[in-house]
Amino acid sequence: MTALLSVERISKRFRGLVAVDSVSFEVTKGEIFAVIGANGAGKTTLFNMIAGALEPDQGSITFDGAPIHGLAPDAVCRRGIARTFQLVRPFPALSVEDNVVVGALAHRHGVSEARDRAHALLQRFDLFDRRHQLASALTLPDRKRLEVVRALATEPKLLLLDEVVAGLRPTEVDRLVGVLKELNRDSGLTILMIEHVMRAVMALAGRVLVLDHGTAIAEGTPDAVVRDPAVVQSYLGAEAV
Amino acid sequence: MPVDVYLNVVVAGILTGLVYGLMALGLSVIFGVVRVVNFAHGEMMSIAMYLAVVLFSAFGLDPLLMLVPIAAVMFAFGYALQAGLINPFITRPEHSQFLLIVALAIIIVNALLIVFGPDAQTVQTSYAYDSFQLGPVLVDASKAYAGGAAIAFAAALFAFFRFSRVGTAIRACADNYTGALVIGLDVKHLYALTFALGAACVGAAGSMMTLIVDVTPVLGPTYTLLAFVIVITGGLGSMAGALLGGILIGLTEALAGLMFTPSAKSMFAFAILVLVLLFRPQGLLGQRLS
Amino acid sequence: MSAASLTRLGGDDSRRIVVLLALLLVALLAAPWVVNDYLLTVLILILYSAFTGQAWNIMMGFAGQLSLGHALYAGLGAYVSAVLFVDFGIGPWIGFLAAVPVAVACGAVIGFLAFRFGVAGVYFAILTIAFAEFARIGFDHLAVVNASAGLFLPVHQTAHNDVWHLRGDPTMFYYVILAASIAAFVLCRLLLKSRMGYYWLAIREDEQAARAAGVPTFRYKMYAVMISAALTSFAGVFYAFFYNNLFPEQVFNIGRSIEMILGPVIGGIGTLFGPVLGAFVLTGLAETLNAVMAAVGLDIPGAKQVFYGICLLVVIVALPEGVWPPLARRLGLTKAKP
Repeated sequence: MTALLSVERISKRFRGLVAVDSVSFEVTKGEIFAVIGANGAGKTTLFNMIAGALEPDQGSITFDGAPIHGLAPDAVCRRGIARTFQLVRPFPALSVEDNVVVGALAHRHGVSEARDRAHALLQRFDLFDRRHQLASALTLPDRKRLEVVRALATEPKLLLLDEVVAGLRPTEVDRLVGVLKELNRDSGLTILMIEHVMRAVMALAGRVLVLDHGTAIAEGTPDAVVRDPAVVQSYLGAEAV
Repeated sequence: MPVDVYLNVVVAGILTGLVYGLMALGLSVIFGVVRVVNFAHGEMMSIAMYLAVVLFSAFGLDPLLMLVPIAAVMFAFGYALQAGLINPFITRPEHSQFLLIVALAIIIVNALLIVFGPDAQTVQTSYAYDSFQLGPVLVDASKAYAGGAAIAFAAALFAFFRFSRVGTAIRACADNYTGALVIGLDVKHLYALTFALGAACVGAAGSMMTLIVDVTPVLGPTYTLLAFVIVITGGLGSMAGALLGGILIGLTEALAGLMFTPSAKSMFAFAILVLVLLFRPQGLLGQRLS
Repeated sequence: MSAASLTRLGGDDSRRIVVLLALLLVALLAAPWVVNDYLLTVLILILYSAFTGQAWNIMMGFAGQLSLGHALYAGLGAYVSAVLFVDFGIGPWIGFLAAVPVAVACGAVIGFLAFRFGVAGVYFAILTIAFAEFARIGFDHLAVVNASAGLFLPVHQTAHNDVWHLRGDPTMFYYVILAASIAAFVLCRLLLKSRMGYYWLAIREDEQAARAAGVPTFRYKMYAVMISAALTSFAGVFYAFFYNNLFPEQVFNIGRSIEMILGPVIGGIGTLFGPVLGAFVLTGLAETLNAVMAAVGLDIPGAKQVFYGICLLVVIVALPEGVWPPLARRLGLTKAKP
């Protein structure tokens, strides 16, 4: 199984604080890989380095055989990595459709071509009827879905999801989880997700990495990881097991 | 050119720079705490300058003596402005707030033009042409008094922020807006108070400035830009930086006027602004209000 | 208010807009036969304002970059074409071709410095002001443009209109600026519907999110600055040949830059019709004020500017999106549901 994404001894410090300390892991093509850990463990910093929003101080990131550390975010996107944001960020004054068209334009050069692709995605994700509504008018679950659709429009090989089910009710969580599972199964899309909601992690992830204060303290299948004493102590608490 | 000509110009530049610094101090205080980019700053100074002119020509009152009353008037004006017009705009996008103040600036400049006309007005005090001899240096009396007054006013402001209860409360707002709300500070009132203080600085600087230059309505925008150059160079939110920046710009202007043509002196100020924005955007002493 | 949504109207809506536009066009084309010379000049000012407003709107309304130094590009256009005419007898259309690279180069320098070094928002606005002021003072000392004494274009009394040299009566100038305004409108519409337009709107809305979605933001912000600068330089060429005298103090004045933003801000930043509507409303009202004052025998320099300031204030406080978006919704002309 080929590694689609390979992160090697990546580190980042902000003045005095070491946010990420020599973390290494691999994500194989077609798998769903989760990163969990307490707040401030360095998960979003890790994501930001992979997505190109931050430059790592040390270490390397290889995607699809080529190094991507230090590339600008838009270049990383064009290479095939799409991301969502922890605090959802659609383009508020643009319509649902226009939001997705922007994403589709990454690989479709004509606007009408991009719009066709946008329509197809919106249909699939049940947002087509609301395509002319302004993004700012949508509910939170719909805005999260819109952000995922926009990311998918860029035709990624790897999708980075930053706490995508945070703030959603359990039924909404299950719905989104179902959609992501389907996506992964049907199109082989590789997913790397940061998540706090263990319900989603257990349902989706094939493998899990646990971060604590910037270092990796456990890696393995969800079942193995939740029973790891170090993980229980630093993050889950005995009740979770 | 002989050395003492340079020295005279340097001293004159520093003294004028102190007044600039006081003006910029007002802007720094406003931006550092209330986070408003006051693009009407120079225009507010024009109002103060014309007040001084009117008081002098109508009642013969010396601008230096009128410093405190004029500052008080501007204080009230600033409070009303922040509380009445600007406070509701805190949640609006940045450019809306900015353009609101630009609109005010346009109204002020042209209202002054309508009321006072375009011709220059001057304040000719009894000591207007006096000077002191300090060693090799010949110091203009007006400039010396103005510079001295600027230092005194700035020192009073420093002391206020450092030692008074209200001053500390204002610094708390600047540091942590939500925290200040949580401990029960009336942030809206404190914001208005801060803007008022900034306006008072401008009022004082305006009175002093009438001793140094002739007053025309078009000075407003020029001083606004100058205030921004000084504050950005000295460092946004740093009171000492504003004074330092003022002195620096005053010096640059004076020397540029001497070595090149006087009318080109602002070009150097703008060149400095561009360089600072590009290479050291936090300015010389930039940080939070301290 | 999504400009992109506004341009993609379908069915009944788009027919209504087309009809309205056609009526407006007919009225504008017929104007010189119907109105007197004074009103014609007012219309020229309105269309000039509509043109510069649209050019500025590309940078601010579409790409979200606040420039308060646009007088720089107009001034460069004016001076380059004027010097070529006065010293070498080169006509304004060639002069325009020469002025565009100059304006674009300046815009590119400002854009590059700002975007590379992360100067954004209000700081960017201040940077643009600094450059315009720098030009104002610099040109005041530049011998080749006659410095502060002013540059004067020779005006010969011609029997007929010479479009090639832009020498002629107000009617000729009217049609030139009308054609330019229409061309600018068409260009803006095309740009907005294109890939560039979508990317610009994305940048304006949320630059970071745009980058994450694959938008090369630096490149597209540069395009916005350069296109806006190029268009604005044409306004400068027109200005030079219409007024026939140039003083750096007036041409590069910050007041000029502010006048350029009034139309779009009042009409509606980021929309297609906003700058045009804003120009009509603002200049129309201002000239009415002037006419009223003249009729009463008052001559108050500065009154017009106070009026502009008040209009700007009222719009910002009461109509934050500008006049056009609420009007469009009222007329049922927009599909986007807020």
